[in-house]
Amino acid sequence: MVRVSELVSKESPVSSPSDAAPQYVITAENLTKRYGDVTAVDGISFRVPAGEAFGLLGPNGAGKSTTMKMIGGVSQRTSGSLSIMGLDPEQHGPEVRAHLGVVPQQDNLDEELKVRDNLLVYGRYFGLPMSYLRRKADELLEFAQLTDKANAKVDALSGGMKRRLTIARSLINEPRILLLDEPTTGLDPQARHILWDRLFRLKEQGVTLILTTHYMDEAEQLCDRLIVVDKGKIMAEGSPASLIRDYSTREVLELRFGSDRNASVGAELEGIGERLETLPDRVLIYAHDGEAALEQVTARGLRPVTSLVRRSSLEDVFLRLTGRSLVD
Amino acid sequence: MSVLTGSFNAGDHSVTDAARRRRFGPMYSRNVRAVVARGLMATKSSNWMVMVSGFFEPVLYLISMGVGLGAIVGSVQGPGGQEISYAAYIAPALLAVSAMNGAVYDSTWNVFFKMNFAKLYQGMLYTSLGPLDVAMGEIFLALLRGFLYATGFTAVMGVMGLITTPWAILMIPASVLIAFGFASFGMGVTSFMKTFQQMDWINFVMLPMFLFSATFYPLSVYPQYIQWLIQAMPLWHGVELLRQISVGVFTPATAVHVGYYLVMIALGVTLTTGRLRRLFLT
Repeated sequence: MVRVSELVSKESPVSSPSDAAPQYVITAENLTKRYGDVTAVDGISFRVPAGEAFGLLGPNGAGKSTTMKMIGGVSQRTSGSLSIMGLDPEQHGPEVRAHLGVVPQQDNLDEELKVRDNLLVYGRYFGLPMSYLRRKADELLEFAQLTDKANAKVDALSGGMKRRLTIARSLINEPRILLLDEPTTGLDPQARHILWDRLFRLKEQGVTLILTTHYMDEAEQLCDRLIVVDKGKIMAEGSPASLIRDYSTREVLELRFGSDRNASVGAELEGIGERLETLPDRVLIYAHDGEAALEQVTARGLRPVTSLVRRSSLEDVFLRLTGRSLVD
Repeated sequence: MSVLTGSFNAGDHSVTDAARRRRFGPMYSRNVRAVVARGLMATKSSNWMVMVSGFFEPVLYLISMGVGLGAIVGSVQGPGGQEISYAAYIAPALLAVSAMNGAVYDSTWNVFFKMNFAKLYQGMLYTSLGPLDVAMGEIFLALLRGFLYATGFTAVMGVMGLITTPWAILMIPASVLIAFGFASFGMGVTSFMKTFQQMDWINFVMLPMFLFSATFYPLSVYPQYIQWLIQAMPLWHGVELLRQISVGVFTPATAVHVGYYLVMIALGVTLTTGRLRRLFLT
């Protein structure tokens, strides 16, 4: 751990005698980014200790990708401060990125090169020697389950394979911090689960994961802690479980009365559960006990077309915080 | 060691740690060769036909104009006042044109595609490469191509008996200088281009420059103000420089031609690096 403690942010409490004190690899204070009149990121502050899986959850346009770009030093902040491994990414771009692995929202694999050559060439960009890269590339192909595609052209790969190759590529320099921007968007469920499994293994090795997503299940699966972002601001911060506990009830009863009835039935449901949310396609009743709430609904003589009791999710947290759904 | 069993102590990661301990600048990580290596690897698999056709173009011009038209024109006056064949007169000019074309093709169309469609530079700049590494690497590749064309063309001149002095071998490095000027500037200009229509403007500038820069006849046929205009253009300096070298006649103007390209290179590299930074790092 010697090297890590040398490299962590100055703001981190390394002077503390306790071994348990967190060492922050990312410290953002009042981070702001404006494009002309548009404020994409509006004064957000957060700290990420080494080894944590940290999520930015929010809808499209919330400022997640912009934040990721600022961390990577490929976008300059308008104001605020940012420290990655104790370095300002604007002043030390190449040096900061030497510690990072980046999985951008859209795959930008080198289509002119074969699968394995993509890994080798990318490693050369970090100044790594070929003797190391040949061995590492083979390990990473194994890790990404692409060994039999080593000499294939990139455009012959499926979407899930390309994504795995992009992740493998981001690991070529053994990064301390892995930035994943919407890692599973556009993948089928099986490909997502393979990817999640790979990310879990990285986390187990102590790699710090920074992840943006608009999928609540992804955030719940992968993140130790997350911030909910909307319109460039942090709406809430905490672990998935604590956010659900703080901002939602244990269970949710989803009722569908048909699209013309959903809005008008609200008044008749008054008093059931702790809170009521009317959406265009369904009514949500937040309650500690969903089944009991459903009994109350039927006792009032209401006959929903469908009903479903489920546990609260981050989707509900987001709905509560912003009044809108995550996926439009 | 497997990727699945890493632990963060210095011993296990000596290679990657060493790569992180290099000296970095904010714009440059002393790693131009990685960009060059990538370009060579990509060329190996794809760009062969384009490269070969780029070599034949000036050779075909030389045969058609030099040999064909030359039979009517006869001999003309060279830079030192001596009589030389028409083919020997236009050959160095065509070499300058081929250096320009090779460099411009590589630094404009190729760069335009990589910048806007392949997202190549975006990927590169998310590593520890700086924009100066990327710009210099791409320009170097254009120069390598210019060097190969120039060497081949000079050999063709030799075979056709158009080389009369050992000085002519200096046409090769001089062609690389010309290519450097065009490549560095071309890449910077390309960074402003957003559409294919705008890219056509580049041809719109190149073609007249090719035809009128004293390539096929001396500058003296023009009225004075047209001469000034052409002398302000880069290709004329390249044509004159190579023509002087081809017969081994050097004057103070030689230094002006070289100086013109040195300034063009300095401006071009500054422009390109600044633009890459602006486009991808703001």
